Amino acid sequence: MPEVEIRNVTKRFGDIIAVDNVSLHVHDREYFALLGPSGCGKTTLLRLIAGLIKPDEGEIYIDGKLVNDVPPEDRGVGFVFQTFALFPHMNVWDNVTYGPRVKGWGEEKAARIAHEALEMVLLHERLDAYPNELSGGMMQRVAVARALCAGAKLLLLDEPLGQLDAKVRNQLRYEIRRMAKDLGLTAIHVTHDQAEAMAISDRIAVMRKGKILQVGTPQELYIKPKHIFVANFIGEANFLEGYVKEIKKNHSIVEIRGGIRIKIADKTFKRGERVVLAVRPETTIIEIGKARENNYINGKIERLRFEGTNVRYEIRLENEDEIVAIRPSMTEEWLDVGEKVVVHLPMNKIYVFPYPSKGLREELSVE
Amino acid sequence: MDKNEIYKTLDKLSSKKSIKYAVYLSSIVVFIAIILLPPIIGIILKWNLMGQIFEQPQLLDRALNAVYASFGVAFLVSTIDVLTGLPFAWLITRGKYRILGVLDTLADMPFIVPTTALGYSLMLFWSTPQGVSQLFNTESLVSPGWLLVILLHFVFSYPVVVRVLVGALMDYRMEYEEAARTLGAAPFTADRTVTLPIIKSSIIAAFTLAFARSISETGATMMVAGTFENGAIFIKNMKLQNNYGPMVFVSFVLIAISATIFAVIRILGTKFKLPIRRVWPNAERKLSSKGIANFRNTISIIIFFSLVIIPSIFVAFPAVSAVFTDTLMDAFAGRRVWADFWQSIGLSYGVGALATVINVIIGLPMAVLIARKTLGRSTANIFDILTDIPIIIPSTALGASLSIFWKESFAFLPEIWPLIFAHLAITYPYYVKSMAAAIQRISIEYEEAARTLGARPFTVFRTIIFPLTKYSLFAGAIMIFTRSVSETGATVAVVEQLRTAPVLLVKWIPKNGAPELPATSLDVALGCGFLIVLSFVILLILRLVVGGERKG
Ligand SMILES: Nc1ncnc2c1ncn2[C@@H]1O[C@H](COP(=O)(O)OP(=O)(O)O)[C@@H](O)[C@H]1O
Ligand SMILES: [Mg+2]
Repeated sequence: MPEVEIRNVTKRFGDIIAVDNVSLHVHDREYFALLGPSGCGKTTLLRLIAGLIKPDEGEIYIDGKLVNDVPPEDRGVGFVFQTFALFPHMNVWDNVTYGPRVKGWGEEKAARIAHEALEMVLLHERLDAYPNELSGGMMQRVAVARALCAGAKLLLLDEPLGQLDAKVRNQLRYEIRRMAKDLGLTAIHVTHDQAEAMAISDRIAVMRKGKILQVGTPQELYIKPKHIFVANFIGEANFLEGYVKEIKKNHSIVEIRGGIRIKIADKTFKRGERVVLAVRPETTIIEIGKARENNYINGKIERLRFEGTNVRYEIRLENEDEIVAIRPSMTEEWLDVGEKVVVHLPMNKIYVFPYPSKGLREELSVE
Repeated sequence: MDKNEIYKTLDKLSSKKSIKYAVYLSSIVVFIAIILLPPIIGIILKWNLMGQIFEQPQLLDRALNAVYASFGVAFLVSTIDVLTGLPFAWLITRGKYRILGVLDTLADMPFIVPTTALGYSLMLFWSTPQGVSQLFNTESLVSPGWLLVILLHFVFSYPVVVRVLVGALMDYRMEYEEAARTLGAAPFTADRTVTLPIIKSSIIAAFTLAFARSISETGATMMVAGTFENGAIFIKNMKLQNNYGPMVFVSFVLIAISATIFAVIRILGTKFKLPIRRVWPNAERKLSSKGIANFRNTISIIIFFSLVIIPSIFVAFPAVSAVFTDTLMDAFAGRRVWADFWQSIGLSYGVGALATVINVIIGLPMAVLIARKTLGRSTANIFDILTDIPIIIPSTALGASLSIFWKESFAFLPEIWPLIFAHLAITYPYYVKSMAAAIQRISIEYEEAARTLGARPFTVFRTIIFPLTKYSLFAGAIMIFTRSVSETGATVAVVEQLRTAPVLLVKWIPKNGAPELPATSLDVALGCGFLIVLSFVILLILRLVVGGERKG
């Protein structure tokens, strides 16, 4: 029963801390995503789990067994590389049966398992083709079949869809999930694409600069981001800077630029503390009229973009801050550029974060 | 013009069909005119003398025996070279210690020592009471003869083999091996079934270079051969008697057979598959253990130092004691035989640097042509074999040919030109071979991908081929440079006034009694010592500048 537990693992390359004191628990049969911008240490973490590199500190457990000193060939993992790493001197069949062969399972068993795996990835033809004759989608299928064939119960996928074009990518991502689920595997899927992670994962860990910021289901991350970076990286958010002005019985008041007062439900902040408010464009409400009370701000529509399902409005507020709101394109009236509107930020839809010590831009940066 | 504009211009030029063909054709013309033709002109001109030998059955017998001996030694030596060079190259590229970078540079040592001095050094080491024989209480542990010849050939082709294999392993993508590991392969299995087959073309290239070099080397071989006679020594003996018929005959036979062998390797090499389907998991797992790996590394290092490095620089050992004598002062003051030494060192490095730069430029299109079959498969095969010829030709025959070509036909040229051209011819194959093998290893897909993304041929080279083969390019350049700096046999034949360092040193080494120039053995030691240390420092600096990015 493959269950992965990572305890306080750190990996350095010279001065770079690629993985910084990470702890993580991936459950049996879970489809788990490691999500983060490029360079945040996802591949390194995956390679640590596979045993391709060793941690400088911390422990890694697979099935409750400490595997720090277990070589990759004995960890029972299937690794799908970003570039697939199909052996160029072997054809598809030999690639796929490589695992059974090096494990000495015998030709017959190898052939049976290989057929099952190829069936699984819907690949029946061209078994004698060499990797350089295959399309990206086919290489991906072969890479997955090869990993499955080795009998792995823990599938590690490093941006397995990164090399494919958008259409194939969207199709294959559901296939991989279905396969993992059908076979009862545990899968850890690395990606920098939040839509992909949201679409297929049971749970997601959001990483940044070698650290895990938050772990949760896609809904949790979307609805209750615990970190300002997560609020921005999962979905989208508007950010408004301000100070906590008053603390009331059931709410607090934050004053943003231009003396505008915003009521927030959160009461964990002290008076005078510098904070950042985050509101998703889809919960930012636009109305016609004038601001009358807290959480209503006057503004003017500066730009509008039709995105198919939604219309996206970019609004300049009276305090010169900019804010984005989206409305369904078919069920809501369209507004015009230049139109004067009032923007409503519902109190219970506002996330509040302490102002980051290194500045907002730095904290949101995906570098 | 700034860099980008130059790139743009080159890009535009490179995508013109006519320019493309012009580049390849001119590289072919240059190859034939200054690399291939001069070394074989002697054979062509004296072709009609070849029949002479058939009238002398005894001499023919001797000639054929010599040819057998040549191929026997070459085959044995190249096999041992690959078998011992591979684990060593592995250790250098995969080891975690920085010190291994020094080993890597040390491996070039036998290449730096002028070949004749190398022969002299091995003889001192193995066959005289001053050498290793001391430890065994004998006069001569290995007397001059076939065994010493094998030891010598092993030593001077070792750097080539290591250089080519290190290049291959550096350019190799570790992901293949990692994939094999995660699929359940023990390290040994992964190496055997994945890494080795992928670097196969480089292993073949290494074998071929070692083989060719063993066939042709003369100067040093003569020093250690005793009564043993191979093709190269036979040629030298015939030359001394001005007996040109047998000389041309054996040269031709050596070239023809070698070329045939290479052609067979070339054709079968791609078809020949290493046996990778069968796996013995338990046995291979045991072979992968730390203990075995440490054992293998230890053996590699012992072989490296005791059979390769120490014997080849043994001649320079007494240089240490020279520090306490007048010899060092003489050397720095340029007194006695030292008057010409520093000049010759300058000349050697100058010619070496020039040969390197020119060959890197003119050899590149040829390497691409061979690796990518740009002008068709058979053209590629033909040139792959033809480019080996300059290093198969025994140095005496090569020297004779080069001197006919350059000294007689181009007598008006200042001597520096024949010198440079001769060095170009001798070093060209090393570079083209290692570069072609490297280009072959990178999947054509990357190139095609880049092309479809709109990159023109020059950009493809600059952004794809170059970065992926950088180490091999560098390795090729090192081989050119070191080979040029140590070349003796052919150099002697084409120049009279100019003396490169090896030529000068050869005149210092005693042969059948007294040396040509009145040098002491301390002078020889110190001279070799300077050459070795200087070259070593240059290589180390080059490596630090170029190779700062060893694979983590
Ligand atoms: N073998 C290595 N040597 C040196 N630095 C490395 C190595 N592998 C990764 N890094 C560095 O570690 C950091 C994390 O890399 P990686 O795990 O590949 O990120 P991701 O997969 O999230 O893009 C990067 O800064 C990267 O440059
Ligand atoms: Mg990555």
